[in-house]
Amino acid sequence: MNIKQQFKEGLITNNPVLVQLLGMCATMAITTSLFNGIGMGFSVLIILTCCNVVISLIRKIIPNDIRLAIFVLVIAGFVTIVDLVLQAFIPALSESLGVFIPLIVVNCIIIGRAEAFCQKNPVGASFFDGIFQGLGYTCVLICMCVIREFLGKGSFGSGIFNTTNGIGTGSGIHIFPSEYGALVLTLPIGGFITLGCLIALMQYVLKKNEKKKEAKEKEGANV
Amino acid sequence: MNANATIIEIVLSAIFINNFIFSQFLGCCPFLGCSSKIDTAAGMGLAVIFVMGLASAICWIVNEYILVTLHLEFLQTIAYILVIAVLVQFVEMFLKKSVPSLYSALGIYLPLITTNCAVLGVVLLNTQYSFNFLQSVVYGVTGGAGFMLAICLMASVREKIEFADYPESFNGFPIALVTAGLIALAFMGFSGMKIV
Repeated sequence: MNIKQQFKEGLITNNPVLVQLLGMCATMAITTSLFNGIGMGFSVLIILTCCNVVISLIRKIIPNDIRLAIFVLVIAGFVTIVDLVLQAFIPALSESLGVFIPLIVVNCIIIGRAEAFCQKNPVGASFFDGIFQGLGYTCVLICMCVIREFLGKGSFGSGIFNTTNGIGTGSGIHIFPSEYGALVLTLPIGGFITLGCLIALMQYVLKKNEKKKEAKEKEGANV
Repeated sequence: MNANATIIEIVLSAIFINNFIFSQFLGCCPFLGCSSKIDTAAGMGLAVIFVMGLASAICWIVNEYILVTLHLEFLQTIAYILVIAVLVQFVEMFLKKSVPSLYSALGIYLPLITTNCAVLGVVLLNTQYSFNFLQSVVYGVTGGAGFMLAICLMASVREKIEFADYPESFNGFPIALVTAGLIALAFMGFSGMKIV
């Protein structure tokens, strides 16, 4: 498998959230501001890459019966490291993500990739798989944040732009006054509906692509 | 919520006001994955109540008497996930031996509970709110009950949705997510009840 193909798979055709439907809880819960989205996305990216590398390094010595327990332990170790680092250096992020940082342990993306990819592939491929799957996850988070923030509060990039009191505060760039926004999108309901619509859009696009490919193949066969 | 919450406050809050799925987004994967039939949904719900109650109790003891006394609080996440994984495995073996009827009813859902974020979530929240033993157990059991209520509601709605006429691209998960969003809208009515 080459890197280009892995890149395309992670971001589009095998996107962890939109196509594999993994790790939905955090995706819906924390995408209320761009700051949270980027922070969470990169935390998962780093943990996923590290876990992929370690698991693929030890894949030959893990007994098959207890592999899940070992995966969970490796993941829990890295999650603890990231949790402590965030608490020490970016306390604002750690506070606003709250319980969802330790919950990365049970994020199905990481166990899913360990089970489906790292067990069978060498270190290099697993490393790139971690990076691209993590990037795919981050992109979805950023999309959700931007949509929910813009339609819900009429702002862009809260916590990152126009900060008042260090990073993580402030309400971002105001595009239209927040009282015209659909407040419902910033509440839990908005998370469910936005993600539902994004997945539907993805299914629509993938199906259309497939049809195009089929039509092309048919044309080729006719010629 | 804080350590002063009374039992009734915790019960109402866990089931309705701060329902684990509809307002805290914990446990969405099994909620969406196992909610296509009402029987399996009820089985999953029961299993989750059981494991959440037990996990709350055991993790409270582990935290209070091992981690805090030895000043190892930073190992919380690792300790909790280990306890939960072992617990689920143990419950599975116990049920297989002594209550085979319940075991066969729960079937494959038991091992899946290890990766249910509601279980790890409730344990972490217990620590965060600094609940005492009784409060933790009540929060665990009623949180599970809230999960069961949500998943059963969802399953009964989804059985009807099979016959609805919605756009083709919404097939599968998207329509389930939109449905869940609408149920969450109804649950928002409870958030007016401010007791804690």
